[in-house]
Parts: sequence; C-alpha cells; structure tokens
Amino acid sequence: MKSWLTTTDHKRIGLLYFWTAFGFFLMGGTEALVIRAQLVRPEGIGVSAETFNQLFTMHGTTMVFLALMPLSAAFFNFIIPLQIGARDVAFPRLNAFSYWVFLLGGLLLNASFIAGPLFGADRLSVAPDAGWFAYANLTSRQFSAGPNVDFWLLGLQILGIASLAAGFNFIVTILNMRAPGMRMLRLPPFTWMTLITQFLVITAFPVITVALVLLMFDRFFGTHFFVPAGGGDPILWQHLFWMFGHPEVYILILPAMGIISEVLPTFSRKPLFGYTVVVYSGVVIAFLGWSVWAHHMFSTGLGPIADSVFAGTTMLIAIPTGVKIFNWIGTLWGGQLRFTTALLFAVGFIAMFIIGGLSGVTHAAAPADLQQTDTYYVVAHIHYVLFGGTILGLFAGIYYWWPKMTGRMLSETLGRWHFWLTVIGMNLAFFPMHLSGLFGMPRRIYTYSADLGVTRFNQLSTAGAFIIGIATLIFFWNLLSTRRRPINAPHNPWGGATLEWAIPSPPPVYNFTVIPTVASRLPLWQTERHAPMEPLPERPPAPIHVPEGSWWPMITALGLPLMAIGALSRLLPIVLVGAAVVIVGIYRWAYEPFEM
Amino acid sequence: MTHSRPPSGAHAHRTSMGLDSRKMAFWAFIGSECLLFGSLISTYLVYKGRSLVGPYPHEILNIPFTSFSTFDLLMSSLAMVLALAAVQRGDMKQGKLWLLVTALLGLVFLGGQFWEFSHFVREGLGLTTNLFGSTFYVLTGTHGAHVTVGVIWLLTLWVQALRGKLGPGQAITVEITGLYWHFVDVVWIVIFTVVYLIQ
Amino acid sequence: MPLLLAVVLVVLTACGGPFPQSALAPRSDFSTSLDHLFTNIFWWAVVVFLIVEALLLYAIARYRARPGAAAPKPVHGHTALEIGWTLAPALILVFIAVPTMRTIFETAGNAPEGALRVEVIGHQWWWEYRYPTLGIGAANELHVPVRTPVQLEMTSADVIHSFWVPRLAGKRDLIQGRINRIEFSADSTGEYRGQCAEFCGASHANMRLRVVVQLDTAFQAWVDRQRAGPTAPAKGSPAELGQQVFRRSACIGCHTIVGISQGKVGPELTHVGSRATIAGALFPNTTDMLRRWIMNAPSLKPGALMPPQGLSAADLDAVVAYLQSLK
Repeated sequence: MKSWLTTTDHKRIGLLYFWTAFGFFLMGGTEALVIRAQLVRPEGIGVSAETFNQLFTMHGTTMVFLALMPLSAAFFNFIIPLQIGARDVAFPRLNAFSYWVFLLGGLLLNASFIAGPLFGADRLSVAPDAGWFAYANLTSRQFSAGPNVDFWLLGLQILGIASLAAGFNFIVTILNMRAPGMRMLRLPPFTWMTLITQFLVITAFPVITVALVLLMFDRFFGTHFFVPAGGGDPILWQHLFWMFGHPEVYILILPAMGIISEVLPTFSRKPLFGYTVVVYSGVVIAFLGWSVWAHHMFSTGLGPIADSVFAGTTMLIAIPTGVKIFNWIGTLWGGQLRFTTALLFAVGFIAMFIIGGLSGVTHAAAPADLQQTDTYYVVAHIHYVLFGGTILGLFAGIYYWWPKMTGRMLSETLGRWHFWLTVIGMNLAFFPMHLSGLFGMPRRIYTYSADLGVTRFNQLSTAGAFIIGIATLIFFWNLLSTRRRPINAPHNPWGGATLEWAIPSPPPVYNFTVIPTVASRLPLWQTERHAPMEPLPERPPAPIHVPEGSWWPMITALGLPLMAIGALSRLLPIVLVGAAVVIVGIYRWAYEPFEM
Repeated sequence: MTHSRPPSGAHAHRTSMGLDSRKMAFWAFIGSECLLFGSLISTYLVYKGRSLVGPYPHEILNIPFTSFSTFDLLMSSLAMVLALAAVQRGDMKQGKLWLLVTALLGLVFLGGQFWEFSHFVREGLGLTTNLFGSTFYVLTGTHGAHVTVGVIWLLTLWVQALRGKLGPGQAITVEITGLYWHFVDVVWIVIFTVVYLIQ
Repeated sequence: MPLLLAVVLVVLTACGGPFPQSALAPRSDFSTSLDHLFTNIFWWAVVVFLIVEALLLYAIARYRARPGAAAPKPVHGHTALEIGWTLAPALILVFIAVPTMRTIFETAGNAPEGALRVEVIGHQWWWEYRYPTLGIGAANELHVPVRTPVQLEMTSADVIHSFWVPRLAGKRDLIQGRINRIEFSADSTGEYRGQCAEFCGASHANMRLRVVVQLDTAFQAWVDRQRAGPTAPAKGSPAELGQQVFRRSACIGCHTIVGISQGKVGPELTHVGSRATIAGALFPNTTDMLRRWIMNAPSLKPGALMPPQGLSAADLDAVVAYLQSLK
C-alpha cells in the first residue's frame, strides 16, 4: 500500500490514473442515466430542477476533466516512455504529483454532492449547477448565492495544476528522453499526438485559470469582472473560457486519434498510411484550434465580420481533420484485417467520428448554427465526437494495451458484446438528438412540453443510454475478471511494430534491460529497408538503479484541496495551513535526494 | 566544495536534444506563463476606459515613481546575470553577494509596489472600486506574487550558498532561477508599458 | 448496422408530428434563409458521409485477413491521393462558405425603414416587451403584424437568456449591458412557440414564449386594446371584489396595472386576461391554473420569484376573476 502512495513509477501512476478515471467515468455515466431517465417523458420522473441542473453540470465536468482527460493520461503515463525507449518520464515525482492533485481535485468536486449539510443546506443541493462552462453572469454571487459555483471554480483550478504539471513533464520526456535513433519523425503516432496535446494543455490551461481566478475574485472579493452593474461584461467570460475550451476539445480528441493510429496499422499488418501527413495535420489542427473559439458564441451578437471570420476558420479546420480519416481508411485498405475488439473500436471511431465531424461543419455555418446551438442538436454533435470519437478510441487503447499493462488478456467474447452494445446504444441515444434539437428542444432542460413532439426521440435516447450502461457494465466485468487470470500475456500478443511490444507484459520496473537503438519507425517489423530489431536481452547486463519513490508529491498535493476547503469555509487560517503544506512539501521535495 | 546533492532529474543522463531537462521544462513553463499574463493583460486592455466611476488611471498613476521601480527591477536582472557568471566560474563570494543584491533589489521593488498600492487605496482606488482597480490590482498583484516567489527562491539559494552547498556544479539551478527572474522582469516591462506609459 | 438501425427508427419517428417548435418548418424570411443554408450543407454532409462510410465498409469487408494470404504490401502513403483528398474537401467547403457568408450579412439584424421596433427584456423566467413607437408593453406573448419587418432589440435585466422561436428566427442572446438584434418578417399568420435557449437558472426549462402573428387589422385592434386602460370591473361583481383584494395584497409591489399599481418586478397585468398563457407562456390562462399559480407559484415553477400568496379561498377566487376580466 505504501508503495502505491509513494510510487514514482510511470507504469504504476498510469494504472492509478486508469482506475481512478474509470471510477469517475462510471459516476459521470450514472449522472447521464439519471438525466436520461428524467427526460424519458415530458413530466419527468421526479428529479427536481435544482438536482437536474447539478446533474448535467457534473456530468459534463466529470466526463471532460475527470474521465476523458485522465483516461488519456493513463496511456500517456504507461505507454509513452515505453514507446520512446525510456525508463521513466523526465520528472517522476512531478508525475506522481499530477496524479495526486487530479485525485484530490476530483474528490473535492464530487464531495459537493454530499457537502450540503456543512453549508446549512440539504443533501444534493450544493454541487456545481451552472453548466460545465458556467456562463457569467448566472455565476455571479447575486444569481448563484450558494457554494455550488465555488466548488466548481476551486476544483477546476486544482485540476488545472495537475494538467499543467503533466504537460511540462511529457513535453520534456518526449523531446529529451528518446532512445538513440528515435528521431522525431520515427516517433509512434500516439506519442506525436500526445506531444501536440501537451503543448495545447500548457497554453490553454493558463487562460481558463485566469478566467476562474477572475470569477473567484468576483464571488469572494466583490470585484465586477463579469458583473454588468459594475461595468463588467459577461461576454468576456465566454471569450476567456472558449479560448481555453476550444483547444480543450482537441486535447480530448488528439490522443484518441493517436491511439487508433497505432491500432489500425497493427491489425491491418500495414504501416500507417501517410504517417507524415497524419503527424503534420495534428500540428496544423493544434495551431488552427486557437483561431476558432468564437464559433461557440455565434448567438451572442459578435457582428457579421467576426461571425464570418470564425465561420471560415472553423470550416478550415475540417480539412486537416478529414485528411486523417482518409489516411486511416488508407491504412485499412489492402491490409490483412484481424478483427480483434481493439480494431472493432478503432473502426467504430472512424464511423462515428465522421458523423460528429460533419455535424460540426453544419455548426460552422454561423446562421444555421443559430438554430442548432444550445439545443439537443449540439448535444448530439458533442457526443458523436466525444463518445463516438474519444471514448471509442480510448476503449480501443484499453483492449490494445491491457496485456502490456497487466500481463493479462481481456476476453474477446465479452469485448464483442461490449463493442456492439456500445455502438448500438450510442447511435440510439445520440442520433435522435439531432432531430429533437431541430424540432425545438433546447439543452439543459429538466422538462419539456409534450406538444413539441419530441417525446418519442427522448424515449429512444433514454433506451440507448441504458444500453450503453449495460455495455459498460459488461466491460467493467471484463476488466475485473482479468484479475483472476494468470499473468501470462506474451511480449507482443498482437504483432505490433513499436517499442512497447519488445519487452515483457507487464514490463519490469526498469522497462528495458538495455535501451535499444532505433533504426526505423516500425522497429519490430520487417520493412523495405530494415530488418526487425534484435530481441533485447532477458536480463540487464548490470544492475539498473530504480528510484525508491517519494512521499513529497502526495503530501504537497494535499495542500491544494486544503486551501480550497479554507476558501469554501471562509476560514483564512485553513487556507494558510494549506499553503504552508504546499511550500514545505516543495522544499522537502527539492532537497530530497532522488536519482533516476 | 563537494556536490551535496546527487544529480537529480534527467540531466545526469544524455538527453535527446542536448539540453538539460530541467531547463527545457522551465522554458515550457515560461511559455505557459506568457499565456497567463497575456490573458490578464488582455483583460486589462478590454476594460480600459470602461470604468463607471473614478479614480481613473491618468488621475492616479505616478509615472516617475514607477519608472524608478522599473529601473530597480532592471538593475536586479543585471545583478542576477552577475550572480550566475560568478557561480559558473566558481567565485562563490561574488556569487553570494550578487544573489543577495538581486533579492534585495527585488524586495525594494515589492516595497515600492506596497507603497504604491497603499497610496492608491488612500486615494480611493480599491480592488472593487471600479474596473480599473480590479484589473490593475489583479494584474500587478499577480506579477508581485511572482516577484515574491522569486525573492524567496533567491534567498533560498543564498542560504544554500552560505552553507557551502551551492557551487559551479549547481550552476544550472542558478541559471534557471535567472531565467525566471528575467522573465518576471520582462513581464514588468510589458505591464509598465501597457498600464503606465500608454494611457 | 447500428447506425442504420438508429436512422431508420428516427426517420420513422420523425414521420410523426406536428412539430410546433421546429426549425425545419420556417415561416419567415430569416428562418427560411437559415433553413436553405442548412439544407445545402446537410446534403453535402450526406454525400461525404456516404462516401466515407462506403469506403470504410468496403475496406473492412474486402480486406479481412484470410488464412494463408500473403503479407500485405507495406504502402506508406501516396502523395497524389493526399493532395486529392485535401483539395476535394477544401472545394466542398468553398461551396459551403460562400452561401454562409452571404447569409451572415443578410441576417445581421439590420432593419429596413419602417420596421416595427420591439424591445425585448429577458427576466428570470419571463419575457418583457415594449413597443416604443406604439407606446405599449406586453409580456411573454409577442404580437406582430404579418409580412412586416419586425426588429427585436434585446437585452436582459439579469442573466443571459436567448430568444428562440425556431419557425420565425434563429436565436440570439439577451445580455445585460448589450443590445442584440433579430430582424424578421413573418410569412403567415398564426401562433408560434418558442422558449429560452440559454441556461438561465432554476426554471430555464420553463421560460417559454409565444409569438402571435396577425393580419394588420387584428394587430391594430390588439394595439388599441393594449393602449386602453384596464377594463373597469362591473359594480358588485366578483372582479370588483378581486380588485380590492389586489389593491391591499402584495401584488402591487411587483406588478403594474395601469391606474392601480406600479410594481416592476413581474409582468405587467393590465391586459393579462387577453393572454392565452400565463407564467412565462408555461400554462394555459384558465381559472384553475391562475388559481394554482397565485396560490403557490414556486411549486409549479422552481425558483419562481413570486412567493406563495396566503390568500383565503374567497379572496383567491375574487382576484382570479378580476385578472380574467382585464382583457
């Protein structure tokens, strides 16, 4: 147990991220099921408006920040050092720190569900309830008097620190710790997409940090950054939030695109088609992703010139995105396709993401978007790209890398059930939403008029959501039941080409007995110019020193939620104690002897 | 002069880009901080001229005084450069001196900020008085917090040097400290220009 | 397969209707141009979708691993293909971008001469309308003449709301401190439904509205009635009793009835009896609903700012009769 608390091993941290994120994914999914149950009929099932508003806020916040990002981080952690031929990340303790901060931030956010009585309110009344993007001036103290929005803005600031720390860590790891011969254009596509994602993280998160700090000042200290009565402009919040928010959606999708760029070649027995184009299109998407943010604001009255500019840039970004899809199909084309569950999910990604991408193009047309934005049509778009895209991609990654991470194979039979039920469920859940939106159903409503004619679509969506729930339980069962299997997965069960498949499953603590020298993009495969890499020796030639772990990342991390609790309870001494914990933790961390 | 700390991080090993990992990480951090200050400066600019009530910038900002603060910070960057050069060539006597001078000049800057803020408050410009007050204090306050962290960092190094635990082997740490300090100085130049000079 | 299933189910369901709040059944110049633009892009999207899915389905069917088959050719890419499938989408986007830009400028909200100006002020959770050139006000139900340009100048008294009547106009937000404009000309008479489309707190779901598009004569008649003072209740009628109850109750603190009270917190009630709905177009304007609404509004509409009125049953009936008489 102590070894898990003090671990700085990227593989253990990756597993910690995985299970924690999966737990939050189940929470977010449960929130979704309650939402869908309430919406199955116009008059609902008895969920109050206040509870509903907390549910959809927490569903969005949890899925984006506590499930999808950390599930991707599980793979960044476990797989990246293996793919680049390193023994660990550049800053192992900082890596552990990121995990603990994530866990604590997520716990703080979710503690709001039961913290009501501490604030003199009912249970289930103080969770964040202003939507996952919390528009001002609804979030001002005047219109959101309780601690709900405070939980949200404090929790997200904490989570931002976790993401930023990981961003710096992985950028340096990928740039600076590659094995000899691993040139940038020999990096596996997942590593490339991760690198690009981390640049987006370290540039986008400061912007939301500023937005959250300004909101915090409004709510705690009486400033008027977003309060019209004091001269503030609620639209400033939207600009700041979406300047973060749009790069954020690429942060959410690029890693999954990286995963399927690994899975497709392995199970087609062919290299990734257009590797260079796939890599460069990722870079282009990252740059263009900064130019489109106000397409979330077409209904705010930006004016025709701004509307036109953002419509144009948004359409432009469809091009590098579309190019990837063609390259993935090109990878499958002419291959020898083995339909493992991982490949099924990767193909599912392509099939579903294109739908979300195309509905995105309809959103880009600003005037048309005036009918679509803030309705179930955009909820459909979001879920096709984030569920049909990111989540299916993450599932592909789990089936693909589970043997490497645990030494056990997942059941392919259960995997097929998982896949088919998920795809059926998601289409049943989200496709009708295009129509319920166009037929006049706005988003974020706990009830709707029976006269609208959208009841049938809502019934289909609810049925689909519960099918997804069943599929996810089957998947959970699959994960849990592998724990009873023997640890006997081979080095390379799928015949993959990249370095992680050259070492045992799971890898020894030092990863590689000898750091390999890399001569091609596909080290383990026979290519036109290179024979496969020689197998690595069974044992290391000399003992390899492995760091012992450290308490300081976790202890330092504890200071952050303490500061937040101090703020929530308006007790400055607690804030100061939390700050002291952070400062002492940093000093002890800095002076601790720690050798890689 | 012995190495008191074993080499930590990846710098003891070869790196793919030939740059110490800690330095690379720090440059990434500075990039990130540019976005942070950029967002705060943008907020200041967006709300420029939109305060509903006074005091207004032209009534209250004291350019001569702030020019002195700016000069002080610039001199502190010079002291930092001298400190690093001394540590790199092993002259720890000079190294300690210039580290201390940098920290002291930083403290003078902070003292000046504190005096300026108190003066403004007495003149009626508080954090919540108007948009100018809010954006001004949050922007310069964030910068001031960064200077404070820098001063603490410098004094920590100075104490470490006093104990004989800082030498040319730890020059990279001093270099990174210098990077931080110069960055904070550059941010101040931008703030000084945007807030004080261009009104 | 699952997608096909979903599409079929949805299409079958969509053959139902009616859909009174549909964006796909436009009845104004504004909503019609949005619909045309959407339809244009929609068909391009269908074409791209069919091509991509067909390619994908073909690939997974044709290239299944067969036992004993030779290893696949290690193709790394194809420059001409890359150029092709970069330029083709770019070209399609041009066909989408041009009509988009044109429609943006056409629908920017600038009103032609002679447009009817209506100020819209959003409140939590109801709509206030003022007709500055006609000197009248209204709430929740917006009356406009048919085939006449109408310009809505919109702002909010509190948080951000969004005015959305899909058959007549795309939505634009109501933001405190700003004015956003919607300009449209309705094609045909009728009652059009809408609701708030920006999350605005507890009863966002309950902030509904109606637009009543009328022939010029009917509209003018409505305007004249709105301009007139409130109907005086008949002597000795329940409505007269109700007026007295109204005068001495908390009602006067929040509501305006011209000549009786000047409250500005809730909707004006001078002609409330002429409205088809109450409570932010949420309930029909019937005796029963009025009674229940006044008795305990927050129980019907979470967060409603009108507190439960502790009126006796008799007083309640009287007030309801009074309000219904205010046609």
